[in-house]
Amino acid sequence: MPRMRTPVVAGWFAGDGDDFRLLGTRCSACTSVFFPREDAHCRNPECPGGDLAEVPLSRRGHVWSYTDSRYRPPSPYVTNPELPWEPYTLIAVELAAERLVVLGQAVPGVTVADLAVGMEVEVVPGVLHEDADTIWMTWRWRPTGVAA
Amino acid sequence: MAVAADGGGGMTDEVAVLGAGMHPWGKWGRSFVEYGTVAARAALTDAGLEWRDIGSIVGADTVRGGYPGYVAGATFAKALGWQGARVTSVYAACASGAQAVNTARAQILSGLADVVLVVGADAAPKGFFRPAGGDRPDDPDWLRFRVLGATNPAYFGLYARRRMAVHGDTPEDFAQVKVKNAALGALNPYARYRKPVTAEEVAASTVVADPLRLLDICATSDGGAALVLAGMEFARRHGARDPVRIRAVSTVTPRYPNTVLDLPDIATDSAVAVRPAPETFRESIARAAYEEAGVGPEELSFAEVYDLSTALELQWYEDLGLCGEGEGAKLLREGTTTLGGRIPVNASGGLASFGEAVPAQAIAQICELTWQLRGAAGDRQVAGARAGIAANQGLFGHGSAVIAVR
Repeated sequence: MPRMRTPVVAGWFAGDGDDFRLLGTRCSACTSVFFPREDAHCRNPECPGGDLAEVPLSRRGHVWSYTDSRYRPPSPYVTNPELPWEPYTLIAVELAAERLVVLGQAVPGVTVADLAVGMEVEVVPGVLHEDADTIWMTWRWRPTGVAA
Repeated sequence: MAVAADGGGGMTDEVAVLGAGMHPWGKWGRSFVEYGTVAARAALTDAGLEWRDIGSIVGADTVRGGYPGYVAGATFAKALGWQGARVTSVYAACASGAQAVNTARAQILSGLADVVLVVGADAAPKGFFRPAGGDRPDDPDWLRFRVLGATNPAYFGLYARRRMAVHGDTPEDFAQVKVKNAALGALNPYARYRKPVTAEEVAASTVVADPLRLLDICATSDGGAALVLAGMEFARRHGARDPVRIRAVSTVTPRYPNTVLDLPDIATDSAVAVRPAPETFRESIARAAYEEAGVGPEELSFAEVYDLSTALELQWYEDLGLCGEGEGAKLLREGTTTLGGRIPVNASGGLASFGEAVPAQAIAQICELTWQLRGAAGDRQVAGARAGIAANQGLFGHGSAVIAVR
């Protein structure tokens, strides 16, 4: 039986390939954008409160900063303790249209040596981890111009 | 003698620090209750008071999985021996100690209590701080670990790299913060690490979260700190004619939109609909304290800041207004922030020498302010200390800054 591809968090992203997008919400009254999504109340203190509608975020942004994880993070991050630890890169990305910064993992293989503040990156789907029943999906940042 | 006030609004009455006490920081493997009780008894002795004289006790809760663990106020009251005192427990992550102090101050200034014992202590778990167990997708602290594996040092690494890109800081600058704080911590009998560290040793330590190395990042420790606070009238009656006084306690929250990525968030607020305030959250923490105290950064003799990483200490220089934006590393290189400089920062040795015992840490900062202002800081004494600030920031949007004067 094929395993289910399931988002690690429901409602934060959707789509395949070039259609993959992070999903936020936008307030109909003040146009504030929220990621992670706010579905109950607008958090702008000056806003009387509007309806919050789902909105895809910009696919591309620029590196605000980056780092890596040289040590195995603790649970609930899922790793296989039997395997040697492979560091991964984290990138904080500034989205110009939404004027916010979103943190994410870099696609595997991209190291801090490949990055610079201000570099353009795009969001792509990625596999966070897999277990017997499920392929847990997440978002990843990939420098533009790098093949998948 | 009071420090000159600028006449600004929002000033509050002062409270006196009658006693300060600590249990040495370390990895002792015992209960936080023991550390807190030792610190409390030391503070009471320092104040010349008995536990039975205390009308109110405020405890800063221990931290487990990002959230309150053991409720502290009653735990310490029981360990000291139930005597009926009013009890309060507070939680604000790394800012818990400042909130405990502020709670005590509010009780004193409102007339609810004459003299209050404030205690914080923790026995830190080994390794990375981690969230509580279970499946909790509604908890932002759980989510950042589940989705990204983003530990606290990962955020410190992001901030450090950003400083390198924007301000031209170098890993060598960061290492010099450790060298400075280790040299000062070596002079502090309460510090966990009491050996000088060289820049070469920092550079040779293993990378944890690029560009930061093990010796750039503060450890997690066991420790305890306590204060006895009183109204000025009580202090006079008690014979304390010129006590250290707490003149301001800032406990502000951020303003929307908060545009700096803060722990444990995965994203910042969006600035698309509302123009961000001209100052960042950390800058506003200090400004609120300056306004309340009627003291500006130029009038400070010294500062204690929350150096979770070496790079963050440089950020605090700028956020406290000790120098302009981007000039933190220059201030360090010029020797301004070491002992003997114009404004020594972390004369205690800072978190670099203590490691973090979360609920005790902001209280420990005020112990250091107290000892420095009394001229009782021994070999690490800041000459002529008249006014000091302690600043820190707790997870989830907890600002904390205290200004004390003498």
